[in-house]
Amino acid sequence: MSTGQREPMSEAPAPPSVGSAASARARGLPSEASILMVLVGLALTFELLGWIFVGQSFLFNAQRLVVMILQVSVIGIIAVGVTQVIISGGIDLSSGSVVALTAMVAASLAQSSDAVRAVYPALIDLPLIVPLAAGLAVGALAGLLNGTLIAWTSIPPFIATLGVMVSARGIAKWYTRGQPVSMLTDSYADIGGGVVPVVIFLATALVFHVALRYTRYGKFTYAIGANAQAARVSGINVPRHLIVVYTIAGGLSGLAGIVTSARAVSGQSGMGMMYELDAIAAAVIGGASLSGGVGRITGTVIGTLILGVVTSGFTFLRIDAYYQEIVKGAIIVVAVIADQYRQRARSRRA
Amino acid sequence: MAGPAPAAPQCLLEVRHVSKAFPGVVALDDVSLSLKAGTVHALMGENGAGKSTLMKIIAGIYRPDEGELRLRGRALQLRSPMEALHNGIAMIHQELNLMPSMSVAENVWIGREPLNACGIIRHRELNARTQALLERLQIDLDPRTPVRALSVAARQMVEIAKALSRQSQLLIMDEPTSALTDKEAQHLFTVIRELTAQGTGVFYITHRMDELFEIADEVSVLRDGRHIATDRPDNLSRDAIIRMMVGRELARLFPCAPANPGPVALSARALNLPPKFHDVSFDLHAGEILGVAGLIGAGRSQLAEALFGLTPASSGQILIEGCEVRVDCPGAAMARGVALVTEDRKESGCFLGLSVLENLEISVLTREFVRLGFVRKGALTRACAAISHSLRVKTPDLHERMENLSGGNQQKVLLGRWLLMQPKILILDEPTRGVDVGAKAEIHELISRLVAQGAAVLMISSEMPEILGMSHRIMVMHEGRVTGILARAEADQVKIMNLAAR
Repeated sequence: MSTGQREPMSEAPAPPSVGSAASARARGLPSEASILMVLVGLALTFELLGWIFVGQSFLFNAQRLVVMILQVSVIGIIAVGVTQVIISGGIDLSSGSVVALTAMVAASLAQSSDAVRAVYPALIDLPLIVPLAAGLAVGALAGLLNGTLIAWTSIPPFIATLGVMVSARGIAKWYTRGQPVSMLTDSYADIGGGVVPVVIFLATALVFHVALRYTRYGKFTYAIGANAQAARVSGINVPRHLIVVYTIAGGLSGLAGIVTSARAVSGQSGMGMMYELDAIAAAVIGGASLSGGVGRITGTVIGTLILGVVTSGFTFLRIDAYYQEIVKGAIIVVAVIADQYRQRARSRRA
Repeated sequence: MAGPAPAAPQCLLEVRHVSKAFPGVVALDDVSLSLKAGTVHALMGENGAGKSTLMKIIAGIYRPDEGELRLRGRALQLRSPMEALHNGIAMIHQELNLMPSMSVAENVWIGREPLNACGIIRHRELNARTQALLERLQIDLDPRTPVRALSVAARQMVEIAKALSRQSQLLIMDEPTSALTDKEAQHLFTVIRELTAQGTGVFYITHRMDELFEIADEVSVLRDGRHIATDRPDNLSRDAIIRMMVGRELARLFPCAPANPGPVALSARALNLPPKFHDVSFDLHAGEILGVAGLIGAGRSQLAEALFGLTPASSGQILIEGCEVRVDCPGAAMARGVALVTEDRKESGCFLGLSVLENLEISVLTREFVRLGFVRKGALTRACAAISHSLRVKTPDLHERMENLSGGNQQKVLLGRWLLMQPKILILDEPTRGVDVGAKAEIHELISRLVAQGAAVLMISSEMPEILGMSHRIMVMHEGRVTGILARAEADQVKIMNLAAR
């Protein structure tokens, strides 16, 4: 194809700029800005209420801030995977159960010689890599199952992952007949110690932020979520890509399961209950659209922090946990309503 | 002929000076015609002649910009399809609107079920009433059968029963026989005659010339939104009707690329995908535009999709530059230098929520501008900006959301998406549908330029001027079969329509 050799015509438009400062201003602030303001607003509200009712600062307390992020790190790791699934136009309900399953499997391979009745008496004091690899593999396998069901049978993601959610929880219970797995090695417990979970969360977020924005993997994920049929016509192998997306999400749930069991220094089949909903909430609060094609990891990180601020703020104010859940629910709904208004405003501005 | 028409048939519906414009096109321009009670009035015309728009106005789906409808002499203002139904006007759509999991009776009476005092549906009466209706139409169907289990013909009968149950006096049928066998069509005609004998008037859109002479009492021809003529079929010949359908002045809008055919780029040999198309064979040369003409439903888009691997043909061969290739997914076609711009921009073309840049870059990303999985953003963006500039895409910048662009500019972006790939074979399905005149000319010029540079273009179009103005050769399809391939010199509108309408 040629680009030159045409007489310039009077109404020929100027070459489109690739995002000048002027056009960026015209488009307004990035969509994360509004959600970041919600985060700051909430934090400042708690700060103010703190001085009024508790007589101390909410924010200027390093320990509280660390605990706050620590509490939501596991949700954050899951949410990074769920965000990708949501961008691709799907949903993953299985994350919480996969957390439990991987926690059980990884813990059973991380038992120390102190364990009285080890799950595998012959397999104690294994090197750290074994439970880590096993946990990630189990999570990825669960995700692979999700992806394969969705891509090959074309059943809705909601149903496929609902099935895996129920079954994975069942397998987690069956694995030790409901018994918790305890007495884990020190090296395994270290994964959950200190700020390690926070580091894992932020590192995961960074990796997939880059993957979504700068790699072909990310471009295809957005394209499939925006219009799966057009993606197919554009030459993208949609089923194969969806399998990859769900496998990554499963692997991240597995990672979350490892962190959870390391923090608790035990594996329990009841772990990760409802985590999938918190993770979806974090993604949605952060601007991911359940109709697909829209969402960012930065938004999800902020969404996760909002959940953290609400939880720790209410604890700080010694308000009942019941109210905490009521408010959390309201925040999710308000976030989505606000997002819809924003989207409508954007498409009107034609 | 339909039933014993009374000596002076009463005028049922009168269309007076109706006009309707959509953004960019005038769909109807001062159309007047009338339907007499107890008769079948057929409407003929090319794709886009305005038949469907007119019928949708009568059915209350669209409102006319100008003009009025008069039902039995009284002015009629329709604000919704519901109001049309209340006035006894029912439309049977091409894509039938039935609920597959519900029974025939439930479908017929939906929203008007006979209830007992507690609000519970009286199923026995529901079924009995439906049975009575079906018997009146001499249709042999059990009212309790779920619609899912019925053939297309039987579903149509359910639609007709539904219309009858509302005492509809005016029935609109949009190509009712397109999915029917001959026998089923004959039965439909019997039912239609039954209805007209009872005084119902029928508007009947069709592309089949034979049906016209069999069922219609009157025929009106529309062309480019204008009413051309109305007459009794007996007074008209097949050729006369075709001439009225196509007899327009061809404006020389199109830059004619000089015919400079090179070697064969793409060949199809006996491609089959029942029931969509059968036994399709052709050669497409480099440096040539092969136009594909035909009426809607002729299987042209399905052929394009098969050539591109979206829905592979069930048998037959595809040869690219003389070598037989297996094209079972779009990726395989793209690897051979084949590109497809689909017919439905919104459905399978655009990512409306994404930016212009993201819409441009997506196809080329499957094979270029990527290193170790990372997108080479700078190079890719420059390439996209260059193509967008050369196609004169009107957008503030490449980050504009696709949905904020006009149809013509969206289409240019889609073309650009494939031009980035530098395809050898370009399949275009209705490349200028819903595109304003200026953008249309630019797209035509672009196609000509590509062909001059040696690309092979297969161009499906329902617009006769486009087909005749652009193509070097014209392949005509009718009901899934190739009915002829005409050289540009010998092709004219009448010949094409003769092959397309049979």
